[in-house]
Amino acid sequence: MIVPSLMDGLLLGFVYGIAAMGLSLIWGVMDVINLAHGPIIALGMFGIYLGFTGLGLNPYLTLLLVAAGGLLLGVLIYWMAVQRVINAPHLSTLLATFAVNMIIIGIATAVFTTSPRNVDFSLGSFFLGPVTIPWTRLLAALASVLVTGLLYLFLYRTRPGKAIRAVSDNRAAAELMGIPTSWILALAFGLGTMFAAISGGLIATFFPFTILAGGSYELKSFVICVLGGLGNPLGALIGGLLLGALEGIIPAFMETSWVPVLEFVLFVLILLVRPQGLLGSKT
Amino acid sequence: MKKQLGNPGLWLALVTTAAFCVWPALASNSAYARETSFTILKAVAFASSLNILLGYTGYVSFGHIVFFGLGGYVGFFLMDVYGVHLAVAALAGGLSAAVLAFLLGRAILRLRGAYFALATIGVNEAMRAFIKNFEPFGGPIGMTLNFRVYQSYGGPDRALWIAYIATALLTILVVLVSFLVKTSRFGLGLMAIRENEDAAEVMGVVAPRAKTWAYVLSAVFPGMLGVLFFFKNGNVEPGDAFVLHQSIEGIVMVMLGGQGTVLGPILGAAAYQRLRGLLLVSTLFKNIQLAVAGVLLLVIILFIPAGAIGWLRGRFPRLRRVLI
Repeated sequence: MIVPSLMDGLLLGFVYGIAAMGLSLIWGVMDVINLAHGPIIALGMFGIYLGFTGLGLNPYLTLLLVAAGGLLLGVLIYWMAVQRVINAPHLSTLLATFAVNMIIIGIATAVFTTSPRNVDFSLGSFFLGPVTIPWTRLLAALASVLVTGLLYLFLYRTRPGKAIRAVSDNRAAAELMGIPTSWILALAFGLGTMFAAISGGLIATFFPFTILAGGSYELKSFVICVLGGLGNPLGALIGGLLLGALEGIIPAFMETSWVPVLEFVLFVLILLVRPQGLLGSKT
Repeated sequence: MKKQLGNPGLWLALVTTAAFCVWPALASNSAYARETSFTILKAVAFASSLNILLGYTGYVSFGHIVFFGLGGYVGFFLMDVYGVHLAVAALAGGLSAAVLAFLLGRAILRLRGAYFALATIGVNEAMRAFIKNFEPFGGPIGMTLNFRVYQSYGGPDRALWIAYIATALLTILVVLVSFLVKTSRFGLGLMAIRENEDAAEVMGVVAPRAKTWAYVLSAVFPGMLGVLFFFKNGNVEPGDAFVLHQSIEGIVMVMLGGQGTVLGPILGAAAYQRLRGLLLVSTLFKNIQLAVAGVLLLVIILFIPAGAIGWLRGRFPRLRRVLI
């Protein structure tokens, strides 16, 4: 009983990890908590829905488009809402991104309504001992690992990636070294939202959703970021696995409805005891 | 105290509240005007309480609605199960919110900036998830007030008016407290913490104690408000009591009017609710009212971060004596 549920949770944890990674990247580079994260996850879901149901495209092919869209949207949000307040107190950036959240949800609700959608796509499932695993879940987990790997290659092996790390270390010094910090910050924000969109797209391949569904994944992302350390992308993936494992194990001992209680209590406790996260190094 | 009562700013704030928020409903004596007015008063009281923590102390509580929800639940439970009078229930609701704030305050007020904001979100979500599982409070379904309860207040219609008057008085009280805090030595300490917590401690402000009391003070009134609101509604459920979105709307109201001022949250809350009402009934904006509010918020954050009253104070220094 516990093995299949744990397996489910872990596979899902990879996808949670991707969502949290986006949040964590933005936080790490520019100290901004992106409250528009949830709606972008939801837009990722609807991207897959429109591509698959509307145009008949393969969901995984559509995911590339969704990723590109997420990147562009993020850059746009950065220029419109974040750029001006990037040096202001936290309240300003929190509220600016929340305003973006309201705008996206407002428009998207008018366009898509809040009725539940479902991407009717299945690749069947396979058996691993006593465990049945749908292929879509496994592919989502693999895609998450792949994307994480690509992010690390990008951050450590390419020039723009190194520039992102430089800006995150010390913005003023990076500027003095000739790095166009505004562009780099916009790029980092775009990457963060791209990860949100990808995770939303992956979730859409196996769960039904509404335009408001992003909210709960955004909250999960907060929990994961705190588990893994805010501003630490790899920690986010591990945090995602931890959360997934918790969601898999807890129902074996008590009712499923207690899962969020434990999650958020844990969240507050970790914030109190170790605000840099369980795995975090940066404060 | 006597000197403070002579302050024109206080009277401006009180008269504004009474004239724009309470008077229209009393004058027209209609249920529709009362409901509109109730929504506005609730917003004014919530925003002004939040302002004590957010505006004066500089701590951003994103999950402040947790006090509204918890207070509402406790008061509702007492009325529903033990048949307690509304006034007693409201006091109990406020007390429970205060106790929660006191216990939490000791712990999470050590966190600064965004970490505090995140922790308050976590507290709200944890509480909502917990109440959903808490059977005495009705679990996920919540509780519904027996219709008989209203009879003891002289019928439902009268009961609703009583709830309304109580809310109006509570709002006036919140405005008064907000003013007294702002002009007191305690308030000066809070504002010193807002500007620079370490420097404030060096100057002799006992920051942990001051912050905790500010937190408690800003939690009491939302707790009482919750009881009045859910008494009027007749039922309470987890989905209605702990709406994170309402919490953030409260912050928007404070910012709109001007954080850290007494008059700002009053105007901000009233303007925000009026605007929402207008958008909701207009055929053009009905479907995208949230987006319109979002654009408005963004414009304010980007271009007038001090809010309406803050902007006026900066622009016309002479008005500072009145617009506090």
